[in-house]
Amino acid sequence: MALPSYASPFERFWYYAFRVICALIFFFLMAPILIMIPLSFNAEPYFTFSQKMLTLNPEGYSLRWYAELFSSDSWMRSIRNSFLIGIASTVLATTLGTLAALGLSRAHMPFKGLIMGILISPMVVPLIISAAGMFFFFSSINLAQTFLGVVLAHTALGTPFVVITVTATLVGFDHTLTRAAAGLGAPPTTVFRRVTMPLILPGVISGALFAFITSFDEIVIVLFIAGVEQRTIPREMWSGIREQISPTILAAATILVMISVALLTVVELLRRRSERLRGIAPR
Amino acid sequence: MDDQTTSSGLVTADGQPLKRSLQRAERTRKLTALALVGPLLAFLLVIFIFPIGQMMWRSVDNPQIVNAIPRTLEALQEWDGEGLPDEPVYAALAEDMRADAELPRREQWMGRMGVRLNYELSGARGAIARTSRAVDEFEPPFKEAFLDAHRNWGNPELWQILEREGRPLTASYYVAALDREYDSEGKIVLRDENRRIYVSLFGRTLALSGIILFLTFALGFPIAFYMSTLPMRYANLLMICVLLPFWTSLLVRTTSWIVLLQQQGVINNAAVAMNFISDDQRYSLMYNMQGTIIAMTHILLPFMVLPLYSVMKNIPPSYMRAAKSLGAKPWTAFRRVYFPLTLPGIGAGGVLVFIISIGYYITPALVGGQSGRMISNEIARHMQQSLNWGLAAALGSMLLVGVLILYWAYNRLVGADSLKLG
Repeated sequence: MALPSYASPFERFWYYAFRVICALIFFFLMAPILIMIPLSFNAEPYFTFSQKMLTLNPEGYSLRWYAELFSSDSWMRSIRNSFLIGIASTVLATTLGTLAALGLSRAHMPFKGLIMGILISPMVVPLIISAAGMFFFFSSINLAQTFLGVVLAHTALGTPFVVITVTATLVGFDHTLTRAAAGLGAPPTTVFRRVTMPLILPGVISGALFAFITSFDEIVIVLFIAGVEQRTIPREMWSGIREQISPTILAAATILVMISVALLTVVELLRRRSERLRGIAPR
Repeated sequence: MDDQTTSSGLVTADGQPLKRSLQRAERTRKLTALALVGPLLAFLLVIFIFPIGQMMWRSVDNPQIVNAIPRTLEALQEWDGEGLPDEPVYAALAEDMRADAELPRREQWMGRMGVRLNYELSGARGAIARTSRAVDEFEPPFKEAFLDAHRNWGNPELWQILEREGRPLTASYYVAALDREYDSEGKIVLRDENRRIYVSLFGRTLALSGIILFLTFALGFPIAFYMSTLPMRYANLLMICVLLPFWTSLLVRTTSWIVLLQQQGVINNAAVAMNFISDDQRYSLMYNMQGTIIAMTHILLPFMVLPLYSVMKNIPPSYMRAAKSLGAKPWTAFRRVYFPLTLPGIGAGGVLVFIISIGYYITPALVGGQSGRMISNEIARHMQQSLNWGLAAALGSMLLVGVLILYWAYNRLVGADSLKLG
């Protein structure tokens, strides 16, 4: 959309003004995330830039908050918990969700709309309501304040993402491939393992990543049903913000941003690979 | 009909009628599909749907009084509802209290009834606690003994509440959730002005969500449009600016807004350093409604941009050129041709942002202060602090119904399974 040479002065003005507005909006999106990265290296226990930081004096910067993060028992426990709960619920959610997506994409599925509605519901219901319901239910069956309880709750929240991404991969799926494999004598498990799975794998993996980040980022349910032993990183940040605010949170936040950059890259690469595999040209 | 007659005559190689054989194959396929979906469906029904149903049930469930004082309730049926009940009712109450004290502690209902009654009448819990400790020494006439033990037993209002709420189901949590109460004649009336909280809180939640919806649209539309006009390579680069916040932890984004907005934060310090404001008139940008709006607009903006972008990318640029070559001014071409084509994206993104924001809890709790609170915060407060679970369930059920209606609308508009994720 280059500016044509016959553009009127107003059009010229609008052309540049629009770009400035867009730049400001992109700045609004990125600035809050980028600003904490330098602040997490602050040598002072404040949430703002010190004089020394602004003049790029090395004395203004330090790794003390990272040192504090990695030497704190409660932070280390929460990091361990986050990965443990995240991985366990991702494995469960991916298995259940992939199977369900395979069932849903069959032509002979009865009550498809109703079932899809139920499977998507954890994504739609406000978290506070899910958390309240699970709080009562898990307390009554002694699952509250246990790892199993948190893992099951996070599995429920993660499954819609797996169902959606895998169903989306199956939309362009060429069913003659499985029929050809079956016709050549492969039993159903072999067809799944050697033909279906490799083709839907990108969808499965990106669904799994979504499930993982959902669990990794989830806080409301953890606030309600987790005990001290099951505190995760977001829960630790929550009490950090509410009780003893220190730049250690910023160090943790910076590490989380790095993790999301890594996950984002993987998802993006997978999406492109999936489109190439299914013969949909990258748009 | 003709079809049926011809096919019923056909048989498969092993002698089965073809029709039955086909039906069987069809049934097997249906069962396979169900068997694949089954595990997840069962899991969600147990872990997710059932608990929510159970919670909603709590908003009408009212077992405390019925179980604690069955004899008293029976005796109360004779009462005309005027003044205080007569001696037999008090005698039955004494009997109920003694019977309850005999039960093992976990099965006692009297304490739970006290908590329940306290939602309706403050001080009722104290009356029950004090009396049930003393009831063993009571001698007839019981009416005097009760009136001596606690003045609330002489309060006709307490007896009216017992009569009204002595049923297994109650509407009183919904009455309270709508800022109403029962008057002395049992009619539902509005509460005193200064005790009305929830209706205005629902209103504020909707208003805040509306403002956030408008802001995400106002900010999301230009950048989605801009990205859709760029060549793929640059658009993908800018897309990262949208996707990175989308993928970044919610707590991280909220924290960074605290860093930016607080009184000693980056924005205020920069404004002071540049002499825009003096040190003692720093902006209070946080712990109020502004804080909630700014942070939530940032958090929900990607949910608006992503559907908008996917719609705009598929609008052929030749439409605008055609409109212009037919003599439309740029603004008219935009308004009459381009904008209507983006409406599906606006609808999808808008409903999504609105659904997410009316149920939001974390960000208002951390940066909202008093004036930036939303209905979820009140639900959480009743769950964790005031422990009025029935009221929390009633508020939650109302919120849930609202969200489900919106979701249904969203489904009609775009279809849930076409939701784009990144």
